[in-house]
Amino acid sequence: MKSFIKYISDIFSGVASLLKGMRVTGKYFFSPRAIVTQQYPENRHKKGKKKLEMFDRFKGEVIMPHSENNQHKCTACGICENNCPNGTIEVISVMNIGEDGKKKRALDKHIYRLSMCSFCALCVKTCPSKALAFSQEFEHAVFDRKKLIKILNKPGSTLMKGIE
Amino acid sequence: MSEEISSVVDIDQQEYIINIGPQHPSTHGVLRFVVSLQGEVVKSLQPHIGYIHRGIEKMCENLTYQQIIHLTDRMDYLSAHTNNEAVCLCVEKALGIEVPERVKYIRTILDELTRLASHQLWWCSFGMDLGGQTCYFYGLRDREKILDIFEETCGARLLLSYNTPGGLMWDIHPNFQKRIKEFIKYFRKKLPEYDAILTGNVIMHQRTEDIGILSLEDAISYGITGPTARASGFSCDVRKRYPYSAYDKADFKEIIYTKGDTFHRYQARMDEMWESMKILEQLVDNIPEGDFTAKMKPVIKLPEGEYYQRVESARGELGVFIVSKGEKYPYRMKFRSPNFCNLAIMNKLTSNFKIADLIAISGSLDLVIPDIDR
Repeated sequence: MKSFIKYISDIFSGVASLLKGMRVTGKYFFSPRAIVTQQYPENRHKKGKKKLEMFDRFKGEVIMPHSENNQHKCTACGICENNCPNGTIEVISVMNIGEDGKKKRALDKHIYRLSMCSFCALCVKTCPSKALAFSQEFEHAVFDRKKLIKILNKPGSTLMKGIE
Repeated sequence: MSEEISSVVDIDQQEYIINIGPQHPSTHGVLRFVVSLQGEVVKSLQPHIGYIHRGIEKMCENLTYQQIIHLTDRMDYLSAHTNNEAVCLCVEKALGIEVPERVKYIRTILDELTRLASHQLWWCSFGMDLGGQTCYFYGLRDREKILDIFEETCGARLLLSYNTPGGLMWDIHPNFQKRIKEFIKYFRKKLPEYDAILTGNVIMHQRTEDIGILSLEDAISYGITGPTARASGFSCDVRKRYPYSAYDKADFKEIIYTKGDTFHRYQARMDEMWESMKILEQLVDNIPEGDFTAKMKPVIKLPEGEYYQRVESARGELGVFIVSKGEKYPYRMKFRSPNFCNLAIMNKLTSNFKIADLIAISGSLDLVIPDIDR
């Protein structure tokens, strides 16, 4: 008899525990305001109410900011290349002869392989002239992997004045 | 002909072997269990590891101490910050430098946020292993708030790489403290919902109570750590016993349960979430002013010798062992990862339980496979 009463009471307490959980899910079912799901491809355009924006510090990909005169801050010292743990960065420099006749190193190509980057931020942090930065770009998918090899300095760009 | 058929062994008596994994959703990664079954009962279980072995320890021998940090993210990716901190603390210990108080506080706060996020994800996937799909969405919804805090301050959501030997990469974001306070207020209301959905559920109780009992002797002799061991009554919290960073300034309880079954392992983790929030509340307003990094040379060379540092990650005790020959690269780097040791008990826990219990048990151990293989 005792076991029978326990059997019946277990059924009721079991159903009660299930209903307790259902109350939580039911609450969300009838209050659509509580839904936090973001509709991803739709929310990246400006038309919608909420535009999808990353935080300022988000490590999207490494870029080299240029001024409006097409000038960058990279002196081709190669510190970023040495600090990169994966060999992502390759700095190719040329020797120019300056006005005073002295040889001076200048940046030819700053090659950045996005496919090998692990976003440790060591290149951006250690750059002595703050020539590198992170962009907030996060959609990196491309059809051809060659497109992931990027040259960060724009064609025809020169070194900003006052940076050695 | 009729003789041959009758000579076939009775299916209930015959042992047969099946593979669970390497691509099974309930192993949470590429882990393979070779299970020997008799009917539905597990007779023995053999874990096969190494599917995601990347040789991180060997790679560390060719990297400087700053560069090693980003590799440790990729071991136990759910407690990335704790792994970073372990290496940094070990290097700082070897160099004998004292980091600013501010750094210690921020590291501790991020540690606890990592633990919360990790336990939330564990709760999601444990619920889903037992067949409760709802848990997954509710847990991830709340975890998103923590990931936003990480993203705003560290610049990444999962693989933070925010620590560097001597301090932090950059200072915290001005919104950091405000967001944490908002989150605690929010999550204190949401955590009882977790209990309503899963903890009190009768199906969950019947699938976890008295399943996979880990005795205290086994926990100690197998080197089990973390909430898994504390559910068996083994007091092994590194935060309490060997305080590092700012844990000695926070007042918190070490969660200890005694039974050691799957349900108590579940309870230990749920209670740890409350304790983590307590620690956060105590520290978040008291972050002292100061530098976010100690003065460090650009090239770090550790003095010759052997160094060991342990921290409490979300899954247990993580140890970092460095052998230095005085170069800028370590001579040998060894990680004592909690998951590797916790996996070793699987055979003992699952034997003579049903195959459905195996899923519940492996879920309650909270294994992260890249940490096992490294």
